[in-house]
Amino acid sequence: MADRDATDVAGDPSPALRQDAAGEQPAVTLEAFLSQDDAHAVRLEAGDDARALLPRLAQLKLVEISFPSFRDGRGYSAARILREAGFMGELRAQGDVLVDQVPHMIRCGFNSFAPEAAIDPEVLKRSVERYAAVYQRGADAAEPVWRRRHG
Amino acid sequence: MYRYDQYDQAIVDARVEEFRDQVARRLSGALTEDQFKPLRLMNGLYLQLHAYMLRVAVPYGTLDSRQMRMLGHIARTYDRGYGHFTTRQNIQFNWIKLEDAPEILAELATVEMHAIQTSGNCIRNISSDQFAGAAADEVTDPRPWAELIRQWSTFHPEFTYLPRKFKIAVIASDTDRAAMRLHDIGIQLVKRDGRIGARVFAGGGMGRTPMIAPEIAEFVPAEELLSFLEACLRVYNRHGRRDNIYKARIKILIHDLGADEYRRQVEEEHVAVKALGLDPPLAELDRIAAMFGDPPFESVESPLVPNGDAAFAAWLDQNTSAHKHPGYRVVTISLKPIGGIPGDASADQIDLMADLAERYSFDELRVTHAQNIVLPHVAARDLFAVWSALRDAGLAEANLDLISDIIACPGLDYCSLANARSIPLAQKIATRFGANGRQQELGELKLKISGCINACGHHHAGHIGVLGVDRKGVENFQLLLGGSGAEDVSLARITGPGFSEDGVVDAIEKVTDLYLARREDGERFLDTYRRLGMEPFKEVIYG
Repeated sequence: MADRDATDVAGDPSPALRQDAAGEQPAVTLEAFLSQDDAHAVRLEAGDDARALLPRLAQLKLVEISFPSFRDGRGYSAARILREAGFMGELRAQGDVLVDQVPHMIRCGFNSFAPEAAIDPEVLKRSVERYAAVYQRGADAAEPVWRRRHG
Repeated sequence: MYRYDQYDQAIVDARVEEFRDQVARRLSGALTEDQFKPLRLMNGLYLQLHAYMLRVAVPYGTLDSRQMRMLGHIARTYDRGYGHFTTRQNIQFNWIKLEDAPEILAELATVEMHAIQTSGNCIRNISSDQFAGAAADEVTDPRPWAELIRQWSTFHPEFTYLPRKFKIAVIASDTDRAAMRLHDIGIQLVKRDGRIGARVFAGGGMGRTPMIAPEIAEFVPAEELLSFLEACLRVYNRHGRRDNIYKARIKILIHDLGADEYRRQVEEEHVAVKALGLDPPLAELDRIAAMFGDPPFESVESPLVPNGDAAFAAWLDQNTSAHKHPGYRVVTISLKPIGGIPGDASADQIDLMADLAERYSFDELRVTHAQNIVLPHVAARDLFAVWSALRDAGLAEANLDLISDIIACPGLDYCSLANARSIPLAQKIATRFGANGRQQELGELKLKISGCINACGHHHAGHIGVLGVDRKGVENFQLLLGGSGAEDVSLARITGPGFSEDGVVDAIEKVTDLYLARREDGERFLDTYRRLGMEPFKEVIYG
């Protein structure tokens, strides 16, 4: 598999979306990761079971999740499962990642993006900042409105 | 009724701006049609045969007069003077210009309305019992729960690109007026040990593979409902099929896994997610429920005023139902005038219904899944005035649940998926049976027409169903018998080879004649069919 640069969205590193440095080691397939001891970066295809990573989460620095089509939403669940299990490293959305999907991805725990087509940073900024209130708890820090209503 | 607070309003306002931005990018060419399509669909904007169609959400079918008037205004200003009420208790406008859509959404937002998630592979408008808050048999008003689910499902970040669309219904009585078990998730609120909880069904649906939802949980307490739904959706999002659009609904997953295995996976997932603090405190349900309290009903009984008008008496008998409060009735306004288009209302009619709601029904209206409008709380003494106004507006057809109260999809007259025209057939059937007391003689008979296999017209759930298909370039209509979307839920069976448009009307006449000849005391068409079975009906049609 080709090594994919840990490009930020539109090549514009956004500190708000990153908690650590981009992974340098090439991401290996889930199968390869499970059969070797020293990999720190893994790539999940859309149909891979993210829970297979849980026993060895501590050694992972980067999990790249593939979006073969923006319509394929399995990666959102994969990301949340990893964050819910305590994964703190880089969670990268790669593939058909479009500007209108990025806010949802952030809410599911993604903090880096490798879109196949460049994203206009201005549009992205508007998109990410648009919603000041959210209805449900996600993997991000946003407080759901029921929490704001009831403290 | 639910009222937005500053958070709800901010979210809807942000959506208007987001969509304005998306439309601008589409018009500038920055977005391809392929990229724009799922974005506009998530705002209910479809490209149909002749124009864009905009589907506006009416959460659990409840409206006030101000919102209803806004729908009339949109029909008048941006459409051709009418709107079409749908089987998901929403309204569609069929002649919308793309460049007007952001402004329409902005106008809707001023009356706490939107078109969020009325299409797309996401959680759709939550539907409910149109008699909620008025029905004598409910254990609680289901709408606060539906509102809680509406908020949870709005822009849910994990479930916006599901394998396929996802429909949820919430009811709270044993009588099912919402086809609850024909939903991806159907919830019946029940009382156990003095507490209300959710009995959850999953994996029902119509479409090309109709299924009745099996029970997944017998009692989920209020404080765990949203995390339970989160678990239901996550199992589906991860494992539902994405290789074939026709096998992508949750019903296929649950059918393939088996209800027991699906339930096991959901329960396992629920244990994990409920610990994450996803569930709002009960105070949130209480906050919402406080907005759905009873209106100030008069405690003095107002008996029905005797009136000599036979047409009024017929309407009273057919189109009004028992109310939980003495002296009140639930009025169903039929949008099925004989020879008309099922579910259509003109801007003037919409305004009139708003006026009547404001004056006579504590400012409330409901849209029903059978494409009618309900005035939920009308004092008996006002019924004649309401009826008179409806009659003058062509809205007093006394045919609720009769054979001319037809559910029909828009069909080939509008829809780009359709194989056949549903509307002209509905008009022919209504005309054939609507005169000379024929439909009254037949009694309750739910007839439903879909113009293609996607079953938007609920033909699987019709006591009599009609499915339009394309047979070598010619419209052909298959006849089905024995379905029900009520608490006695069942799926209709096809009788045999299809018919021409006139042929299927004749066939319906033959089966209803057989029913009249063979029915026993008190039997509805459906009951007689169930007792006799398909064979005698087939014989009269094809014999």
